[in-house]
Amino acid sequence: MALKIVKGSIDRMFDKNLQDLVRGIRNHKEDEAKYISTCIDEIKQELKQDNIAVKANAVCKLTYLQMLGYDVSWAAFNIVEVMSSSKFTYKRIGYLAASQCFHESTDVIMLTTNQIRKDLSSPNQYDTGVALTGLSCFVTPDLARDLANDIMTLMSHTKPYIRKKAVLIMYKVFLKYPESLRPAFPRLKEKLEDPDPGVQSAAVNVICELARRNPKNYLSLAPLFFKLMTSSTNNWVLIKIIKLFGALTPLEPRLGKKLIEPLTNLIHSTSAMSLLYECVNTVIAVLISLSSGMPNHSASIQLCVQKLRILIEDSDQNLKYLGLLAMSKILKTHPKSVQSHKDLILQCLDDKDESIRLRALDLLYGMVSKKNLMEIVKKLMLHVDKAEGTTYRDELLTKIIDICSQSNYQYITNFEWYISILVELTRLEGTRHGHLIASQMLDVAIRVKAIRAFAVAQMATLLDNAHLLTGNTQRNGICEVLYAAAWICGEFSEHLENPMQTLEAMLRPKVATLPGHIQAVYVQNAAKLFATVLKGEEGNTDGTAAQEASQLMIDRLPLFVQSANLEVQERASCILQLVKYIQKLQQKDVEVAEEVNALFAGELNPVAPKAQKKVPVPEGLDLDAWINEPPSESESEDEQPKAIFAKEEPKHSRPRHTEVDEKELARRREARKQEQANNPFYIKASPSSQKVYQEAPGVEHIPVVQIDLNVPLKVPGLPMSDQYVKMEEERRQKERAEKKKKEKKKRKEKRSGRGKKHDSAPESEEDITPAHMVDIVTEEMPENALPSDDDERDPTDPHKALDIDLDKPLADSEKLPVRSHRAAESQKSPTDGETENATLQEPKKKSSKEKREKKKDKERDRKKSKEEKKKKKHKHEDKEEDLLGGQADEPVLQSEETSQVADPPTSSSTTAEVSDLDFWLSNAPVPSNTQEAATVAAAAPEPSVTAPDSEPDEPKDTEMEETKSSKHKKKKQKKEKEEKEKKKKKKHHHHHHHHSDGAGEESVQNGTVEEEEPLPPMSNYCLLAENSYIKMMMEDADEVYDIQGNLQDGSQVVVSVIFENKCNSFLKSMEFNVLDSLNSKLQRPEGSGPHDGLVVPFQLPPGVSNEARFVFTVQSIVMPQKLKGTLTFIVKNEDDSTHEKLDFKLHFTCTSYLITTPCYSDAFAKLLESGDLKSSSIRLEGVNMPFHHLLARICFHHHFSVVERIDSCASMYSRSIQGHHVCLLVKTSAQTVSIDAKCDEPTLLGNVLDEIKQTFSQC
Amino acid sequence: PFIKKQTKLKTRNYCSFLNVSLYSVQNEDTEQQIIRETFHLVSKRDENVCNFLEGGLLIGGLDYKLIYRHYATLYFVFCVDSSESELGILDLIQVFVETLDKCFENVCELDLIFHVDKVHHILAEMVMGGMVLETNMNEIITQVDAQNKMEKSEAGIAGAPARAVSAVKNMNLPEMPKNINIGDISIKVPNLPSFK
Repeated sequence: MALKIVKGSIDRMFDKNLQDLVRGIRNHKEDEAKYISTCIDEIKQELKQDNIAVKANAVCKLTYLQMLGYDVSWAAFNIVEVMSSSKFTYKRIGYLAASQCFHESTDVIMLTTNQIRKDLSSPNQYDTGVALTGLSCFVTPDLARDLANDIMTLMSHTKPYIRKKAVLIMYKVFLKYPESLRPAFPRLKEKLEDPDPGVQSAAVNVICELARRNPKNYLSLAPLFFKLMTSSTNNWVLIKIIKLFGALTPLEPRLGKKLIEPLTNLIHSTSAMSLLYECVNTVIAVLISLSSGMPNHSASIQLCVQKLRILIEDSDQNLKYLGLLAMSKILKTHPKSVQSHKDLILQCLDDKDESIRLRALDLLYGMVSKKNLMEIVKKLMLHVDKAEGTTYRDELLTKIIDICSQSNYQYITNFEWYISILVELTRLEGTRHGHLIASQMLDVAIRVKAIRAFAVAQMATLLDNAHLLTGNTQRNGICEVLYAAAWICGEFSEHLENPMQTLEAMLRPKVATLPGHIQAVYVQNAAKLFATVLKGEEGNTDGTAAQEASQLMIDRLPLFVQSANLEVQERASCILQLVKYIQKLQQKDVEVAEEVNALFAGELNPVAPKAQKKVPVPEGLDLDAWINEPPSESESEDEQPKAIFAKEEPKHSRPRHTEVDEKELARRREARKQEQANNPFYIKASPSSQKVYQEAPGVEHIPVVQIDLNVPLKVPGLPMSDQYVKMEEERRQKERAEKKKKEKKKRKEKRSGRGKKHDSAPESEEDITPAHMVDIVTEEMPENALPSDDDERDPTDPHKALDIDLDKPLADSEKLPVRSHRAAESQKSPTDGETENATLQEPKKKSSKEKREKKKDKERDRKKSKEEKKKKKHKHEDKEEDLLGGQADEPVLQSEETSQVADPPTSSSTTAEVSDLDFWLSNAPVPSNTQEAATVAAAAPEPSVTAPDSEPDEPKDTEMEETKSSKHKKKKQKKEKEEKEKKKKKKHHHHHHHHSDGAGEESVQNGTVEEEEPLPPMSNYCLLAENSYIKMMMEDADEVYDIQGNLQDGSQVVVSVIFENKCNSFLKSMEFNVLDSLNSKLQRPEGSGPHDGLVVPFQLPPGVSNEARFVFTVQSIVMPQKLKGTLTFIVKNEDDSTHEKLDFKLHFTCTSYLITTPCYSDAFAKLLESGDLKSSSIRLEGVNMPFHHLLARICFHHHFSVVERIDSCASMYSRSIQGHHVCLLVKTSAQTVSIDAKCDEPTLLGNVLDEIKQTFSQC
Repeated sequence: PFIKKQTKLKTRNYCSFLNVSLYSVQNEDTEQQIIRETFHLVSKRDENVCNFLEGGLLIGGLDYKLIYRHYATLYFVFCVDSSESELGILDLIQVFVETLDKCFENVCELDLIFHVDKVHHILAEMVMGGMVLETNMNEIITQVDAQNKMEKSEAGIAGAPARAVSAVKNMNLPEMPKNINIGDISIKVPNLPSFK
């Protein structure tokens, strides 16, 4: 043996090790690939040997090669071999290699589970450590599921080294296996207070990471973190916590109030810049969350801004960068406080670091006002001139345009100035943003009518000097502006001083070197200009000028006819022929100008970019409907639910189509035309529409005023924007003077008593009037377009769909227990198709999950048991059940037990915790007066939102309480009471789930698991009757037992009734009686008469509620039933007692006769094919809820289970207590839900459908 | 060319860290592309500019930043998302480099080139699965040393011949120093393992 080892290591001597490999590669720079391929051959040889040392060496080299980008996945199995070596040295090499090379699709990972488990429990802490490190890199859902429990045990390891790694890796486990979050969380929370700082920091790290994605679930931890924040001295931990608070404050403004003080203290005291920066950031987040309600935090803002100023002024570029970054956050809510640091930010524009300049530019965007826009842009223009490198210059250019055009040119007071800025920008060489400038020119010229004359003049100059812009057409994006220039000159040619000259400029031979699309515009607009020239010469008796123009066109156009660009060619040849014809007419002295002008008559209105999207779909047009029936082949196998109902399809769809017959269509068309005629926003064919549009009421219409003459209209050469700045100043001064005069006048008027109130504040934003009154024409929208702000939000945004939180299913724990994975797969029944057996024989894999669920239930039960001992009996039952199901999973159970002490994190089971949080928050330094108390009380219903069943009585109670007293303490007590009740009720609820078929529950989940939105709370309890003493709540009779033995065709229905004592007296001797009908009878104990009441087996002290169950026998179940009943009871006060009674009506809906029964898709298909089911259907309009909510509602309220779900289509199944099959196909599109149903009993089906309709009409 | 190689290598180090946290699908090509891109971005930056680069699409989008530090010819680049403090990560890089310095005794580039595995082991004590594990330098060094000690004790007699050969190999390559590099005085020949 020893000999073998020695022999092996001697062999090994001549193998290359990692250092040799590196050296070799460095020595073979010229033929690296060749060298490496020989090395890989060697490695393959080495891997074939038995000696583990040789293998480890080979794997080590492979790791390096992988790093260089070579594929080594072929050696995955060898890596596993090395990982499983007993020596730490090799194990470490193996795990390192695995962490580098393995990913989720590596199939050998499956083989590692046991090895990793062994390493995790190794006595050597470094074996464990190395395994944890490796696992953190390649953990897969399977590994996470199988090892979660082992890792959880390690979280309580004696060595901090292991604890800290185990805590950290839990995050990875949660990500891959979300179900583990809930069981592991209590322990994770414990670790926040671990004595070892490393472990503590790891726990903070993990929880912060979790909370960042789902902050609302971690609000209840705020007090704990607050404590840590005020006690910890570890900056790493502090930073994490402070960042976490930054994520929490938007959800809970009261938290922000509490945070401000300690954070400000930290800001003042800390010397660590990183901590200071994070504090400032979080204070900003707090201020943003408070921005509405708290005006007196200006001191904090000032502090933040000051500190940021210090950062920005620092010579350290990193601090400068971060300062600017944080500043931009303040800018959004408190622009004023940032604006005062304009000097500093402008200074940063000169910084040599591009990242910093870009940040500063971002800030500028929010800092402009009408007052300083010109000044800032002037500064930016200087930078444009100086800027080196086109990227930064392009960035500047886009920023200038962004800044100026923001919010519909809000800050531009002088559009002539803006046009000249745009023209100046065209002098930039090599910019990529020519099209941007061009589109701005077009936009301004079209929408600001008053500026057209000026714009046209400028554009004509541009065209004249086109040679300056077209140095290198291929790479020069700036020639795009010629597109705009040509179009503007052509379209608004009536404003041209000298159209002939521009026409000439547009037809120069050099134009032919421009890109095709620009040439096309040139040609087209030359024709427009030509028309204008003709019109101008109309009056002249001497037609030479007009004829010259024609001749010019005829001379120059052939150049374009030869163009390689089809568009240019077509337009040119068309226009050329036209001009030739016109020339002939001219020679005959025929007046043609008017006809030619008619070619281009009419004005183009600006249309909003989103207009097309906003055109509403006309009534009766179903865009998804087939125009013709689809060919039958397209019905593929995988569309089963559709195929199942395919026979009926024509029945449903055809009537809809025939409805809309020709007459109807014609009528609608007419109506629409009428509507359009009356709609000022509709673009009509006639040119006069523009007028209608302008005069329409509701359109903000500013009369167009003549342009001031202090601006020279004709600018020689290219204009200088600077002069406008000066002029603007002068103008404003003049205005101010005038205003003062006016104000004086007004004051005089005031004295005479007729003047309006007027603020004579110093010049403010609004006081700056634009130089020219301009009407910025709003872009047109189609008729009926919905005015909505959320234009920007694209409903099909892929990120929205991707926003699936892995830990989500746990987050809303209040939901029914979730079995998430495999949910999407459709279930296939085992060969026998015996559904009852099938559920029992479900694959074993699921069993652990089921157990976990049960545990959850148990947890809840346990919690409740603490609070009410009365329910002991119930609890016992539950426990027994749990034990029956949970035996196999002993270890999990035990660990569960130990962690039971701490509260689970879920909001449902922590209503108490939430109210603690409320209390903690309300204890904020703010004096707790009655108002504060009121907010606490108002916050009380909050938990009920998250609770699984929101009782309808909830709001009433709180209301009552609020009116009763306003004192804080009393409220608190009441609230607790309320919570207790709630829990009680909850208990019943869960109880019911317990009894109901497990598999049924699962299919309820089918529809919901993959969705991200939590389900709204649902309850089956409804108010039965109520008076001042007592309230009765009935649970929709959903626990139904089929008693086949006794009654062949009859069945029993169990009704749960909650009795709640609302008065301050003791209630006793309650008797429950129902007037039997032929069909339904209350089951009474043997020996009692048919009209005797049933004694309710409990008494009710004040404020307590309890539940009783009553059994009814039902004959026929196809119709809903109502039973009248009475409850009699004795109200006992201290001195006297009275007899009271309460009447009620029990409503047995048809759905209460349905039992949630799972069904497999193949069995379902068979059932439908059998042909003995009758069908029926309904349509629900305006159902505004996610599809999975809809399904969940149907499942919950109507006892259906989902058989299969494909996109927005699902098949559902349920069975009545008498064995009727009910099948549904639910489809949804937009807000319409169609439900096609089949059942062997049409009356029952009709009633069930009616009830479904009812359910959705209520919400 | 030397710097590039080295930088690539270092960057790779962190891309492995980055990959773990970012990419569900890892493949060598994107990995190499990220390294190339990152190197390109980082190396063209001047001295005296800030050490942050905002995320491009390649590294996972806007939430991510590249944070780097530049030591002589080496760049240490971390890619982090917004849950990390920028300045904190700069500190972390400093801790990392100081730790390397302690572990290798005056670290130089060649140490890192020839002992990539060791660098990885040290990094594994600081960062695990993309999350910061430990920031205390002493603690890191203690753990690394303990593991190295274990390795040595395991190697025992069996490891000795191999070490001898490795030493001989190094001595038998007179041309090696020539090839290592041009004009960089701080370069050391990789540590010759001695007999113990």
